[in-house]
Amino acid sequence: MSILNLHNYLNTYLVLAALLFAMGVYGMISRRTLVGMLISAELILAAASINFMAFNRFTAPDPTVGQIFALFIMAIAAAEAAIGLSITIAVYRNYKSVDIEDIVDLKG
Amino acid sequence: MNSTDQVSSGILGLLTTDGLGGYADEAAGVIFLLMLATTIIGGIIAFNAKQLIHAVQGLAVCFIGVAAIYYYLNSPFLAMMQMLIYVGAVCITISFAILLAAPEEDKKQGPPGPLTGPFGLITAGLMAFGMISLALKTKFTILPKINMGEIKLIGIKLLTTYSMVFELVSIVLLIAIIGSLVIGRKGRSK
Repeated sequence: MSILNLHNYLNTYLVLAALLFAMGVYGMISRRTLVGMLISAELILAAASINFMAFNRFTAPDPTVGQIFALFIMAIAAAEAAIGLSITIAVYRNYKSVDIEDIVDLKG
Repeated sequence: MNSTDQVSSGILGLLTTDGLGGYADEAAGVIFLLMLATTIIGGIIAFNAKQLIHAVQGLAVCFIGVAAIYYYLNSPFLAMMQMLIYVGAVCITISFAILLAAPEEDKKQGPPGPLTGPFGLITAGLMAFGMISLALKTKFTILPKINMGEIKLIGIKLLTTYSMVFELVSIVLLIAIIGSLVIGRKGRSK
């Protein structure tokens, strides 16, 4: 197993997806703004897509299924970004801030 | 991975036609390593940058790397969609959110949460370690391919076997468009 042949191994992609997922999780818990959390959520979704595509290429009998599922994830991510944008702007209009520390009206 | 040979990767075919001769494998490997580095560095910028606009740029770089990785996973169609939807649409949408709402990451009030800083790093690191060790330990069964996953087949399956997915995606996107318009419009006259 040479380093230039890495792209022919399933584990390379799984490790990459795990790293991206961890980056997304860390960003999700350390960011303090709604937009920062949205960016981290996109990283997590990308990691999930890479996992689907990796298993799709290496183990699945029918390689079209994983591609269709990854396409579905992309559509969901696009919808999530649009809704996230409008929620961010609505929150900014009402609170003049998108810091998650300021949005505590529902806290008991 | 024995079954990878029969699924010949598209990028190798692309490179041999350019007259690289016997070095096509090596060139593909080098490009793959570059794209791997692009993805990881983009991801690090995306979760670590102080300015959120830099984080979005890091996210775009990361998604370009992911598109290249889809190409290596025998799916030029998804690579194109990744560039179009993620780099082209999602990153621009998030940029608009930053420009319209002006979030400031460094204008911090109050103490940070208990999980920010080293504890968060440990949490994320443990999750990554667990998943990586699980992936490296597991023996995955490799099933024989029944087709090569061409674009034509994806189109046929989307409109026959998976037509439900196709319709669901269009309904979800329609609801997302209407919902974001409704949420964004509220309180606009103020």
